[in-house]
Formats: sequence, C-alpha cells, structure tokens
Amino acid sequence: MVEFVLEVEELHTYIGQHHILQGVTLRARRDAVTVLLGRNGAGKTTTMRSIIGLLHPARGAIRFEGAPIDRLAPYEIARLGVGFVPEGQGIFATLTVDENLRVAMHREDAPSRERLRRMLVLFPDLERFRHARAGTLSGGQKQMLAIARAFVNPQRLLLIDEPSKGLAPIVVEHLIGALRAVKHETTVVLVEQNFAMAEALADDFYLVDDGRTVHEGPMAALAGDAALKKKYLGI
Amino acid sequence: MKRAAPVLIVLALALLPLLGMEPRVYLTLTVAGLAMGMLIFLVASGLTLIFGLMDVLNFAHGALFSWGAYAGFGAVLLLDRRAGWIESPSVALNALALLAAVAAAALVALVLGVALERVIVRPVYGQHMFQILITLGASIVLEELIRIVWGPNDQVMPVPISFQGSWDLLDVIVLRVPVVAIGLGLAVYVGLQLLLHRTRVGLIVRAGVESGEMVQVMGHNIYRYFTAVFALGSALAAVGGLMWAIFRQSVSPGMGGEQLIFAFIVVIIGGLGSVTGSLIGALMVGLSYNYVAFLLPKAALGVNMALMVLVLLVRPTGLFGASR
Repeated sequence: MVEFVLEVEELHTYIGQHHILQGVTLRARRDAVTVLLGRNGAGKTTTMRSIIGLLHPARGAIRFEGAPIDRLAPYEIARLGVGFVPEGQGIFATLTVDENLRVAMHREDAPSRERLRRMLVLFPDLERFRHARAGTLSGGQKQMLAIARAFVNPQRLLLIDEPSKGLAPIVVEHLIGALRAVKHETTVVLVEQNFAMAEALADDFYLVDDGRTVHEGPMAALAGDAALKKKYLGI
Repeated sequence: MKRAAPVLIVLALALLPLLGMEPRVYLTLTVAGLAMGMLIFLVASGLTLIFGLMDVLNFAHGALFSWGAYAGFGAVLLLDRRAGWIESPSVALNALALLAAVAAAALVALVLGVALERVIVRPVYGQHMFQILITLGASIVLEELIRIVWGPNDQVMPVPISFQGSWDLLDVIVLRVPVVAIGLGLAVYVGLQLLLHRTRVGLIVRAGVESGEMVQVMGHNIYRYFTAVFALGSALAAVGGLMWAIFRQSVSPGMGGEQLIFAFIVVIIGGLGSVTGSLIGALMVGLSYNYVAFLLPKAALGVNMALMVLVLLVRPTGLFGASR
C-alpha cells in the first residue's frame, strides 16, 4: 500500500492567461487530515480544482494511490473514490435534501442507501428536512448536507474547500464536531482560512503563497511557530 | 401559491377575449390556440432542456422541426401509396399511420440529434458565439438538404381521413386535428415530468441544470446526459414539426425557422430550463396569438413580443426560471 494517498508535485495551472499555480507540492498521508493554508488568492482553491480535474494543469504531476490522474475527467476521478466538497457547498438548491444525497451516489445501491441512512443519523437536521428544498436550509445545514453528500460513496480521499466560510462561530464549532466524527473514515485534504478549525482537525499542514508551496510539516509545529504564522497568514 | 400565479394568469388571459366576441367563436379560437400552444410546447420543451442543462443556444432546433415534418410526410406518403392506410375508412389503420409517421419523425431526429451533438456542438461547449454560428450553419445545411430531396416548394400533407373534419358539439365546431395535438402535447408533458421527477436519469439531469460541474464531480459522465437530452429535444421538435404539418396540411423547407421564433419567446417567458414554464408560456403564446389574430390580425406577433417583454419586466428569469 502506498503511504501517501495523494501526491501533488510541482503543479503549474493557468486560468486563462493567468499563471495561478507556479509549483504547488503536497502529499496527503493515509487516514490523516492535511490542511492547505495560505492567504486569499494564494492558489488553494485552484489546487483543489486541479486535483479533482475541473482544471487541467499545464505541468507537474498528480498521483492518486500511486497512479497519475491529471489527464482524467472529473467524473473518472470521482469514480476512483475521490470526493469533493467545493467552496460555497455546491448543493442543488431546487432539489430536496434527499434528492441531493441520492444524486451524489455513484450508484444507487443497497450499500449507498445504508451509508445515506448513517448520515441522516449523524446529522439529525438533514433527517428532519429530508423532503424540503435544499435551498431553504440554513448555511450550516447546507454545509452538513455538502459533507454528508460526500460520504454516501465509499471515499478513499475527500477534498473539502473552506467549509467554515460564511458560517457563524457557533456553527463552525458544530461543523468541527461533525468533521471529527467522520474524518477517521477516509483521508482528508482540507483548505481552511479559519486557523482554529485547521488546528482542531489537521495532522499535517502545507503553506501556499503566490501559487507555490513554501512550508510543510506537522500541524503542531506550525501552531507553535508565531513568526511563520505572521509571515504567511498574517495572524 | 407563488407557483400557482402563472397558471392563474393564463386562465385570466384565456377568459378576457370573451368580453369582445361570441362564445362560439371564442371556443373555436381557444381550441386552435391551445393546439398551437401545445405544438410550440413540443419545440420549446426540448429547447429549454438543452439550454438549461447544456447552456447551448441551439439554432438548429428549427431545422429538426422541418426534418421531423418531412420524415413524417415521407412515411405518410409511403403508407398511402403502398398500403392505402390514409384513405382507408378504418380508424385503427388511420391511427396506425399517424403513429408510424410520429415514430419516423422521432427516429430520424434522434439519429440526427446524436450526430449533431457529437460532431457540431461538443467542440463548442461554453462558447456561445461559436454555438450560434455553428448551429445556425448546421440549420442552413439541413434546410438545403430538404430542398435537394423534396424540392423547394410547399407540398400538401395528406391527413388520415379519420382525423380530417370536425366534431359538432352543441353547435360548436371542434376540429379534430387540434384535439389530437392537444392530447399529444399533454401526453408529452406528463411523460417528461415522469422522466424528470421519477427516474434517476431525470434526477441527474435536473441537478445538471443547476450545476453541471457538481454533477461531474459526483461521478456522472455529464456528456452522456448531454447527448441524451439533445437527442430527446430533437425528437420532440421533430414530432412538433410533424403535428404542425398535419395541422396546416402542408410542409415547406423553411417551416422550422418560423416556429423557432415562437419557441425562443416561449423559453424566455417560461424560464430557461423549466418544462412546466415552457408549457405555460406556450399556451399563453398560442392563445394570445389566436385571439389577437381574430380581433386585430396585424398585431398578432407583436402581442407575443409584448407578452415576453412584460414577463421579463416583472420576472427577469421568466415565470418558472431559477435565478442563477
């Protein structure tokens, strides 16, 4: 078994004419939570979208379980067992909560329905509003739905982009609890601006600045390094 | 309540002309308007799904309408000459002839739709300017092909005897073809609703209308759904074209282009991507066109434009459009 579920090496990605990623490197250890930190515009979301195949990198390598995936279509990458929770949740507002969960299944079979039932136990709000339109949910509930949606498939890697964005502090607390409950089930790569949340969940960190990886290490080391935090995160 | 409002508006609009005409004339116009609305709905429903899901402005949709009419025309001619099903007094044989024509139209359009999506449309996803140019080009080529095969002139569409003429209900003359068109339109609406709301394919298509990107990262090959929806939309346009030909008892190579204007108006009124919206919009357009054409013939098309402008002023996303 490969020690690293995901390996990203010297990734260069353009959006139009803009050279957004200029050498991002990242490795996600099996069953650990790896957090991607950096200022706004550093290239975190672009990195995530390159991994899932929505953007095609110009140079560099992306390997999942040792095999290259950077030439695959998003749906092929998803079918390998890579889940993606985008910035802003990406839920289908006109569909019901139940429909959102069912459309997320690669295949609507018994094991998937069993996983869906577990998610409804884990997130009672989703059970309560199961047949309501997802657009009527609160911001926190939408985020719960987005995460539950990722877990109706047998995921080997989960990419979560800024889950705390726009949520009230009390809701973020709740979200941290929920992610703690599910994080042992898979390998997670998390983009997070909320340092407290990153600290509460992550095992390893990567620091991205101006489209490049500038630092990496165990999360505990960063938490104690005031100079590094100030330089790259402004905190 | 909010969703019932457009239905109420249609009802009010439909009753308004009663003030200015005899009830018998009114009923005849209403049946004609509903039939015209249903035929436009067949064209617009495909257009709205293609636009909603694939974000493609398909100007070749009108050509598929014409191709459907000619495919059905060919089938009817063949059945008439070889089997005599059209002139036969048997209702069953007449109905069978009609079904065969519908099947021929749908089949030709399905094949053509798959080919168009794969070859013409796929390279230009996300580029509206190129979509307009290339689908407009395709529609010109398709229309010219009809001229080469069938000639440039209008031709008389034979109508099975059982569907000719009218029923006389309490002194009100009800033409048979419009009633068939209304029935077919309703059946297609119900079928589309079942497909979209009761099947997994429909669920994925509805999700794709909101965000194709999210559907892809959930492991669904959205391009397969694009092809299927494009082919289905083409088939609906073709059946609409055939019914229109029977309604007017004639076919002409340019017939699709004229209908495309109505279909675009309807798609905009109903809201991009909404099948229910295009049904309501199509009925509004069909009814108002017929009433106004009777009362004030020159204003008929203008009223439809005015209707569209009015709807857009009140609801910029259309009656049933999701704001996105």
